[in-house]
Amino acid sequence: MKNLTYLFLGVIFGFVLTKGEAISWYRIQEMFHFQGFHMYGIFMTAVPTGALSLLIIKGMKLRAANGELISMPRKEYSPGVVFGSLIFGFGWALTGACPGPIYAQIGAGYGVVIVTLLSAILGAFAFMLISAGFPRLKTA
Amino acid sequence: MDFLYEPWPWYVAGPLIGLMVPLLLLVGNKKLGISSSLRQVCSLVIPSAITSGYDWKGNVWNFFFAGGVLIGGFLGGQVFTMHEPVAVSAETSAYFDSIGLADTSGILPAELFNWQALTTLKGFMLIVIGGFFVGFGTTWARGCTSGHGILGLSALQWPSLIATASFFIGGILFTHLILPYILAL
Repeated sequence: MKNLTYLFLGVIFGFVLTKGEAISWYRIQEMFHFQGFHMYGIFMTAVPTGALSLLIIKGMKLRAANGELISMPRKEYSPGVVFGSLIFGFGWALTGACPGPIYAQIGAGYGVVIVTLLSAILGAFAFMLISAGFPRLKTA
Repeated sequence: MDFLYEPWPWYVAGPLIGLMVPLLLLVGNKKLGISSSLRQVCSLVIPSAITSGYDWKGNVWNFFFAGGVLIGGFLGGQVFTMHEPVAVSAETSAYFDSIGLADTSGILPAELFNWQALTTLKGFMLIVIGGFFVGFGTTWARGCTSGHGILGLSALQWPSLIATASFFIGGILFTHLILPYILAL
């Protein structure tokens, strides 16, 4: 039942990403060429909205619907934050998609993007394989 | 109901995307993120010795969320749409003309992203190598545009700021230095 709620929230997220053209290869090209404000505008309004919401949640000490006290996200630093992110940037420029938009592009009717998704899964697996051989990659 | 069919401006889409952060937290203390679903697919099918630290069992919600995004893409891209070309800036249109992109309708250029293209070097680079970079990079970075770019920045996490800056630096460098050669193949 709970999972259907996440499915529903995913539908909203995918719909908004699509209507906002954040899954458009054309918009991503425009963004990386600094030729339009659209994508930057999305980031510049999404982040303050999220930040303000977090402040309210924290200030009111809100609980989640399941009773859990809401914990604030913490992100650890590792060299992957730089090097992995750069590599993802290359992929973003090529495919016009981050992981979320990959799913949305498939739904929007671009069947061949299934190959992009499988390739991304393979990429994730390749990193895990490498980091299993070199454990310092994961933790260092 | 026209607004459901028309593309949304950034000042509508941006805040709605930002609202996904509190919605997921309020529903079940979940952190917005999508790239984790890629890692968890791996942990479904691969021995845990390799995928340790990427357990999927507690994260089934991720698959439902990702499935929802796919359905949302269907609704937004196939049902509630006018099928009009994306209104990019004049400079970007001119750029697409200059690289010989005739058809700029839809979400992706169909002449670059199609099944036949997979057999060409250009298509292989755009689709297969591009996808590989997305999966490899976001797994190493432990987050993508959602997890670092929206959620991490909203929570004022400095590693997410470094990650997001690196996403853009990688994308900008690649777009200007390497992509033109791939598109010219």
